[in-house]
Amino acid sequence: MSDSVLAIENLTVALPPWADRAHAVDNVALEVRRREILCVVGESGSGKSVMAKSILRLLPEPHVRVTAGRILYGGENLLTLPLSGMRAIRGGRIAMIFQEPMVALNPLMTVGRQTDEIVEVHTSLTPAARRQRVIEVFADVRLPEPEQLLKSYPHELSGGQRQRVMIAMALALEPALIIADEPTTALDVTTQAQILRLLKELQARHGTAILFITHDFGVVAEIADRVAVMQQGKLVETGETAEVLLRPQHAYTQALVAAVPSLNPRRGVPRPSAAACERPLLAVAGLSKTYAGRGGVFALARRRVPAVAGVSLEIGKGGSLALVGESGSGKSTLARCIVGLERADHGAILLEGHDVAQLSRARLRPFRKVLQMIFQDPFASLNPRWRVGDIIAQGPIVNGTPRRKAHAEAGELLRLVGLDPKAANRYPHEFSGGQRQRIGIARALAVKPKLIIADEPVSALDVSVQKQVLELLDQLRRAFELSMLFITHDLRVAAHVCEEIAVMKDGTIVERGATADVFAAPKHDYTKALLAAVPGRDWTRAGQ
Amino acid sequence: MQSFWRRFFGNPRVLLSMLWLGFIVGVAAGAPLLAPTSPFAIVAKPFSPPFGEFLLGTDSLGRNLLAGLIYGARTSLLIAILATLAAVAFGTCVGAVAGFYGGLVDDLLMRISEFFQTIPSFIFAIVLVAILAPSGMSLVIAIATVSWPPIARVVRGEVLTIKAREFVQAAIVAGQRDMPILVGQVLPNALSPLIVTGSLLVANAILIESALSFLGLGAPDLMSWGFQIGAGRAFLRDAWWLVTVPGVAILLTVLAINLVGEGVNDALNPRLRDL
Repeated sequence: MSDSVLAIENLTVALPPWADRAHAVDNVALEVRRREILCVVGESGSGKSVMAKSILRLLPEPHVRVTAGRILYGGENLLTLPLSGMRAIRGGRIAMIFQEPMVALNPLMTVGRQTDEIVEVHTSLTPAARRQRVIEVFADVRLPEPEQLLKSYPHELSGGQRQRVMIAMALALEPALIIADEPTTALDVTTQAQILRLLKELQARHGTAILFITHDFGVVAEIADRVAVMQQGKLVETGETAEVLLRPQHAYTQALVAAVPSLNPRRGVPRPSAAACERPLLAVAGLSKTYAGRGGVFALARRRVPAVAGVSLEIGKGGSLALVGESGSGKSTLARCIVGLERADHGAILLEGHDVAQLSRARLRPFRKVLQMIFQDPFASLNPRWRVGDIIAQGPIVNGTPRRKAHAEAGELLRLVGLDPKAANRYPHEFSGGQRQRIGIARALAVKPKLIIADEPVSALDVSVQKQVLELLDQLRRAFELSMLFITHDLRVAAHVCEEIAVMKDGTIVERGATADVFAAPKHDYTKALLAAVPGRDWTRAGQ
Repeated sequence: MQSFWRRFFGNPRVLLSMLWLGFIVGVAAGAPLLAPTSPFAIVAKPFSPPFGEFLLGTDSLGRNLLAGLIYGARTSLLIAILATLAAVAFGTCVGAVAGFYGGLVDDLLMRISEFFQTIPSFIFAIVLVAILAPSGMSLVIAIATVSWPPIARVVRGEVLTIKAREFVQAAIVAGQRDMPILVGQVLPNALSPLIVTGSLLVANAILIESALSFLGLGAPDLMSWGFQIGAGRAFLRDAWWLVTVPGVAILLTVLAINLVGEGVNDALNPRLRDL
C-alpha cells in the first residue's frame, strides 16, 4: 500500500456510560490514498465526525476515547505519538477544516494574523516571507484583494469568504492530508457549489488527499473519488463513487441513496381548478417588512434592514407553493408576517378574502383555525415540560374545544401521523427528531386548518427521516385537501413537494410558476444559478 | 426526574448539608418544646460557662444561651425564607414582564431594578429598617427590597431566550393569550436557574438578618443569632462562647444552603461538571 497517506486500522472509540451506545466508532478500517478525495457519508450519530477528530486526537477525552486500533500516518501510529510530535503533524502535515467558519475563527484576530500564526509555528520563515506566503494562499483560494483582506476580522467577511480563509489556513503548509468536517453544510447552496469546485481544483493542483465528512449524497456525487458509508459507528460500504451511488450494495446505502429526493419535479398532482383560483385561499399583495435595528434610548441613528420588499403571491384551495431562497432572502420573514408573528409595514394579506395584515393578535385569533404553522427545529418547537398530548390539544382547547374531546382527538392525530396514541402521555425528549416533527405536524393539524405554512420542516432531519416526513406531509395534504406554503432552501425538497414554486432573493420574488416549467426552463439568472448549484444534479438525473 | 434526585443526594456534600438543614428546621419548628426556657428569661447568674448547669452556659444577663440559639434558628430561618419568597415572587414578576414584552416596558423595569442595584444593599436595608421601625415584618420587607433585582435579571434573561424558542411561537400561532403563554409555557422552563438563585438568596438573607440584628436593628421581641453575637461581642475575651456558638450556627447554616444550591445546580446540569 505505497500510495496510502493515512491508514486507519480497527479503530474503536468508546462513548461515556450515559450515551445511548457503547462505541461511537466500532472497529473501522479505512485508508486514504494519495491524491484522492475520500468522502465519509453517514447520518447524524453515525460516528463520522468522531472518527475524523480521533485522527488528530481532538476527542473530548477522557469521556470519549480511543480504546483500540491504530491510525498510521507515514509509518507512525498517531495515537501513541508524543504530544510534541503530534503538534508537528497537526496543521503541518494534516490540516482540518471545520463546519462553522464563524466559530472556528478567532473573532478578535485578523484573518491574516491567524493564517500567519500557523506558518510561524511550523516554519522558520522571516515575517516578510510569511506575509508573502499568506498572500499567496489567500490568492490561491480566490479571496478578492488578498493584501487588503489580511487586515480583516472574521465578522467582516461573508460565510463563503470565511470558509475560504479556513481552507487557506489548511493549505498554508501544503499538508499531505486535509480533513474537512462538513465544510459546506453551513453555507448557502450557491456558495457551497463554489467552495466544492475550489476544493476539487486545489486538490488536483496541490495533490493533497482530502478526507471529506458529509451527510449529503449530492455533495458526494459532486466531489468524491471514493466513498465510505458509516452507520451506527460501523463502516458498511466503501467503493468508487460511481459504483456506490449508482449500484449500492449494502441495504443501508441503498436506503440512503433512495431517500435523496430527485430533482425531477413531481407530476400527476391535479392542478387547482380554475374555479378555486378565482378566490384564492391566501393572497398576499405588495407585502413589505423592514427591520429597524433597536437602538435603545441613546442611539441616534437606527439601522434599517429591508427583509421583504413588495411581495405578492396567491395560494388556491388545495394548492401548494414552494418558497425557495437562500439565507437572508426574506422567506422566513414573509412566513412570519403571514402567520402574524411579525407585523408587515405595508401590503395586504387576504385570508379567505379578509385582510389580516394589520390585525392585532387578539383580532387575529379567529383566523388561527384557518392557518397553522409547522416549525423548523423539532427540538425547539415542542415545550420540553409539556406532555405530547397537551401540546397537540393546546390549539383546539384555546379555540374552545372541550378538554376531553381535544385529548381524544390528539390521540387520533398521533395515529394519523404514524405514532402510537399512547405517546400522548410522554414528554418530547423521549422522541427522535423525526418523531418530534411528526408531533409538530399533528399539532398544526389539530385545529383543522385549511392552510399550513411549513418553515423548513425537514432541514434539521436526516435524509431517510426527511423522506418519511415529506411523504407524510404529502399524504395528509391530499387527505385533508390542505393548501400549503412550503419554505425551503433545498430545491430537491421543493421539487418533491410542491407543484408551484416561487424563488426569492433579497426580499423579492424573482421568478414563479409551475415547478416543472421553472425547473425545465428557468428564466431568471438567479434561478438558473440556484439550479446549477444543486450538488449532485447530474447524478440524480442520471439515476432516474 | 428520578436521576435528578439520585444525582442530588448522591453528592456527599449535599447529603451532609441537607442533614444539617433538616436538623435546624426541626429545631426551629419545635422550639417551644425543645427550649428549656423562654429565650429572654433570666435563669441563672451571668456568664456561667458551658457544660455546667446549662449546656451552653448563660449570657451577660443570665439568659440561657441554648434557648436563645433554638429560638434564634426559628427567627433567622423564618425571616430569611419569607424575605426570599417575597423577593423571588416580585423579581420573577418584574423579570418575566420585562423579558416577555421587551421594548419600553423592558427599558423602564430594568432601569428601576438598576436603581435598586446601585444603592449599596446593606446600607439600604439599614435605612429601610430605620424608617419602618424594627420588627419582624420590616426585616422581611427590607431584605426582600434589596434582594429582588438579581432575581429579576436572571428571570428576564431566561425569558428572553425562551420566548425566542419555537414552541412559544407555536403557542402564539395556536392563538393562546399572553398570560397563559408566559405562565404555562415560558416560566416553567425558567425554573431551574430560578431555584438555584433563590436557594442562594436564602443564605444571603440569613446573613443580612444577622447583621441587622447584630447592629440592634432586629426585631426587639425576637431572639436571633445576630442579636446574640451583638450582645456578646463586648465580652469576647471573658466569655468567648457567647459569640462563637451562634457564629458557628450562622456559618454552618449559610455554608449548608450554599452547598445545597450548588448541588441543585450540578444535579440540573450534570454534563457541566463532568466535561
